[in-house]
Amino acid sequence: MYAQLVKSEGSKSREEMTPQELAFQERIDRGEKIEPKEWMPEGYRKTLIRQMGQHAHSEIVGQLPEGNWITRAPTLERKAILLAKVQDEAGHGLYLYSAAETLGVTRDELMEKLHSGNMKYSSIFNYPTLTWADMGAVGWLVDGAAIMNQVPLQRTSYGPYSRAMIRICKEESFHQRQGYDIMMKMCAGSPEQKAMAQDALNRFWYPALMMFGPSDKDSVHSAQSMAWKIKMNTNDELRQKFVDQTVPQAKYLGLTVPDDNLVWNEEKGGYDFSEPDWSEFFAVIAGNGPCNAERLGARIKAWDDGAWFRDGLMAHAEKAASRRIAAE
Amino acid sequence: MSSEWPLWEIFIRGQHGLNHRHVGSLHAPDAEMAIRNARDVYTRRNEGVSIWVVPSNSISASSPSDKGPLFEPANSKVYRHPTFFDIPEEIGHM
Repeated sequence: MYAQLVKSEGSKSREEMTPQELAFQERIDRGEKIEPKEWMPEGYRKTLIRQMGQHAHSEIVGQLPEGNWITRAPTLERKAILLAKVQDEAGHGLYLYSAAETLGVTRDELMEKLHSGNMKYSSIFNYPTLTWADMGAVGWLVDGAAIMNQVPLQRTSYGPYSRAMIRICKEESFHQRQGYDIMMKMCAGSPEQKAMAQDALNRFWYPALMMFGPSDKDSVHSAQSMAWKIKMNTNDELRQKFVDQTVPQAKYLGLTVPDDNLVWNEEKGGYDFSEPDWSEFFAVIAGNGPCNAERLGARIKAWDDGAWFRDGLMAHAEKAASRRIAAE
Repeated sequence: MSSEWPLWEIFIRGQHGLNHRHVGSLHAPDAEMAIRNARDVYTRRNEGVSIWVVPSNSISASSPSDKGPLFEPANSKVYRHPTFFDIPEEIGHM
């Protein structure tokens, strides 16, 4: 969900599978973990690289909208908390890059693909963070939506991915709570502060719903990824779960979810709600969201500006190593 | 194009006197930086009291296809487990 629209490689019926592919599928069906050096279908490997790469890129690009507020946090305590959260996102990106590298792709290749636009990151990070209340809304809604997807992914079939997700989930609930805590403070504050909180919810509600990807009826890659257990739930299942969990939290804050069609459906035991504007979603994914150019530009600049530093440390390490050998 | 920093495998000893345990990997130019980076990446919440870093290419691993010959011999030696032996109840704990 930090991974959206991940293209999956072909789907085969059991009859079409080679004996090796069938044995592989049966291992997954039995709940066994697949480990790096074991045989796997090329499609499984490619789809995983795409998904984990996109997930890692989302964590890294996801630092930018919140990093925007570190210098302007209202108190020293809030600043320290936000710093810790943004540092966690860097860590999450690193866990996932390492896990993706076990599939035979290099870190530099992943970076190159992000910078050239060949790999995506989540659409959500292409929206601006305009006020301090957005730090609350991002933690509460964006991290909340991420958790919804990441908790089941702890059971994914690929060992390194599963272990990275377990680490990430342990740390993620702090993120959502700190966001909700900001929202509670603002909603208990002055009318102006509460209006800021409402405005942040208004702007982030639909982009958060888009994080789960297109509706199941338009989601073409799900079946194979679900058979391989690299996707555990359908987009609509997770979106429904997210809405059902979040609406009461908004009520507690005294905020209004910006959806006139939102109504409890007794029969299905969940809310009916409006779908986001999917044309907006596809426009943002295609690179035409409010902040796409700024976000990618910041990443490319950081990479280019850091080149002399990476090279310098490497040169120092090589020199020190050769001096050690000479001394022996 | 500059060269990528080498990959290191990271092992952490937790609080409770257990063995160092593999937690993941990271890139760093040398061992000293690998330890510093490991501290930031893998011990942000007090997870460890000691860090080992090992260049990934120094690790030799058994191959998945050797799983049978390597580990099957142990399967047939059930007498290595204490539960294989029936001890009369009146003997008590043994």
